[in-house]
Amino acid sequence: MDVLVCIKRVPLVGGEILLTEDKMEIDDRRLGFGLSPHEECAVEAGVRLIEEFGGTVTVMTVGKAAAEEQLRDQLAIGPDRAILVETTSEFDPQGTAGALVEAIRSDGTNFDLIILGAESADTAGYQTGIRIAHALGRPVITNVKGIKVENGSIRCERQVGSDREVYEVPLPAVITVKDGVNIPRYPSVPGRIKARKKPVDKVIPTPPVARLEKTGLSVPPTKSTGAKILGHGPEAAIALVALLREIGIAK
Amino acid sequence: MILVYVDHENGEIDPLSLQAITFARSLGDDRIEAIVVGTGAANCVPTLTQYGAAQIHVAEHPRLTDYAPVAAARAVIEAMALNKPKLVLGAGSARGNEVMAHVAAITDQPLATDCFTIAIGSPVQVTRARWGGNLIEHANLHADVALATVMQHIVQPEPASTPGPGSITNFTITLTDADLLVRVIERIGDVGGGTSIADAKVIVSGGRGVGSAVGFAPLVELAAQLGGVVGCSRAVTSEGWRPHDDQVGQTGTKVAPDLYLACGISGATQHIAGCKNSKTIVAINTDPEAPIMSHADYAIIGDLHQVVPAIIAALRS
Ligand SMILES: Cc1cc2nc3c(=O)[nH]c(=O)nc-3n(C[C@H](O)[C@H](O)[C@H](O)COP(=O)(O)OP(=O)(O)OC[C@H]3O[C@@H](n4cnc5c(N)ncnc54)[C@H](O)[C@@H]3O)c2cc1C
Ligand SMILES: Nc1ncnc2c1ncn2[C@@H]1O[C@H](COP(=O)(O)O)[C@@H](O)[C@H]1O
Repeated sequence: MDVLVCIKRVPLVGGEILLTEDKMEIDDRRLGFGLSPHEECAVEAGVRLIEEFGGTVTVMTVGKAAAEEQLRDQLAIGPDRAILVETTSEFDPQGTAGALVEAIRSDGTNFDLIILGAESADTAGYQTGIRIAHALGRPVITNVKGIKVENGSIRCERQVGSDREVYEVPLPAVITVKDGVNIPRYPSVPGRIKARKKPVDKVIPTPPVARLEKTGLSVPPTKSTGAKILGHGPEAAIALVALLREIGIAK
Repeated sequence: MILVYVDHENGEIDPLSLQAITFARSLGDDRIEAIVVGTGAANCVPTLTQYGAAQIHVAEHPRLTDYAPVAAARAVIEAMALNKPKLVLGAGSARGNEVMAHVAAITDQPLATDCFTIAIGSPVQVTRARWGGNLIEHANLHADVALATVMQHIVQPEPASTPGPGSITNFTITLTDADLLVRVIERIGDVGGGTSIADAKVIVSGGRGVGSAVGFAPLVELAAQLGGVVGCSRAVTSEGWRPHDDQVGQTGTKVAPDLYLACGISGATQHIAGCKNSKTIVAINTDPEAPIMSHADYAIIGDLHQVVPAIIAALRS
């Protein structure tokens, strides 16, 4: 089977998020970059399916030239090739989905399964997979935490509280997965070496008009001025229990 | 008019949908309508009336016996055609975001998920969560009809001061086989066992500082003592020490308990995104400089392996 996995390069923000002077972007000059855990799991899921059934995995991203780094990182764990849909600015979710659909169509591979993350780490639109599915006329199961492919169908589990809902649709299909669907492997040294030679195709998308138009960013104030220290070491347990009684948690 | 998509399970309304309808009432439009879909939908009417709904659209279909996101979206689109809302809102839940994304994809409109504020004008202006709420995006929505979802836990669900008239429109949704293809076909009960962290009043949560799977035993005991459940950070689930359903945070579960006890958790923004709506956060950490200290209300500086057993003992006496 042929699997496509869509990933997004994001700055790995730490404790405090700094913004550029015009407040339109995160100041990422001192930050590393990576993917959402959902997408690391999406790539792992694709690779596992190919290990089971044979076929190919392609990773695709809509992003700046620098996103080749994330494509290569993922190629190191097993995908065969990558497609960089190269942009110079951030697209809104409709624009992103449109660019992905355009690239999927022009690539021409009839992917049996397209895997995305449930939501992107930074913008969390919760919609790219659903938009792609409608554009391609395929069913989409979202928030997947269990995958089984059998007889041309995909059966997926989704977490609801501490229960599971089960869905099943015929392939070709789209799924969006959640962190926890698997535990992604680390790239091996031979994997990294092979990844350098794997093809990364570049395509330029038709620029979209933003209909969810970002006008600025701001950082919310933190809730407290800092924790009140109840004490040090096991002796502080008494103070905590007193607090729990006061707020009605312990009798 | 604002139309709210209300998610329910056999007539029992999802609390996050009640948050969404409470939020809708604060937007300055005097008419709120609600749409409920599928088996048991009619049972939602009394509560929705209490929450101020002027009109409740009850959409059913003989084949719609369990959650089916595309079918629900079709129902929302049919209700939109009836009374022309300026804004359609859903909860910022897995289902709310999913159904609204289908509505957006089918109608080719933009969708603003996880909103903190919405100003209905032209264009509609929103603020919405990025990075799980650690960053706020300000945006204009260039849409024929604005579609949005409400960030979880930014309002408490509250009935309206004057109930809505709650008149009812019943309709049968027009559905094709394709609309029903994706639907719940089976339920597997209690994979995690008992209360889920999303509903728990007390969460005793452990991070990398717990050190191992067996290291969680005292946390499990303390959680049971307090009538709560165990949660954890991503460091813990990626080590395989705890099941992923226990993970709190941006890619885990967003929780809002009365007490969140963070043991050996550093407080990365992606973790805080999942627990910052807790009423009281208490941190137990050896490091007084850990980032969790600026998010917690109270802290004990010390080794959790000594502090947690001491709490268990103190609760017993
Ligand atoms: C897009 C994205 C999404 C993410 N989503 C999530 C998410 O949903 N949930 C999540 O948790 N993380 C998430 N992460 C990961 C997150 O950034 C952190 O890596 C993670 O939360 C760290 O877990 P931790 O606090 O347990 O471990 P660490 O950061 O290693 O902290 C361990 C803490 O334990 C303390 N400690 C050590 N020993 C003891 C002891 N004996 N007693 C008391 N204290 C001790 C240390 O002082 C330290 O503060 C995400 C990351 C990204 C990039
Ligand atoms: N720029 C992008 N390039 C490739 N895939 C993306 C991009 N943005 C989002 N996605 C995919 O769509 C998922 C959901 O994103 P979103 O709809 O933005 O929350 C992500 O987890 C990715 O798998």
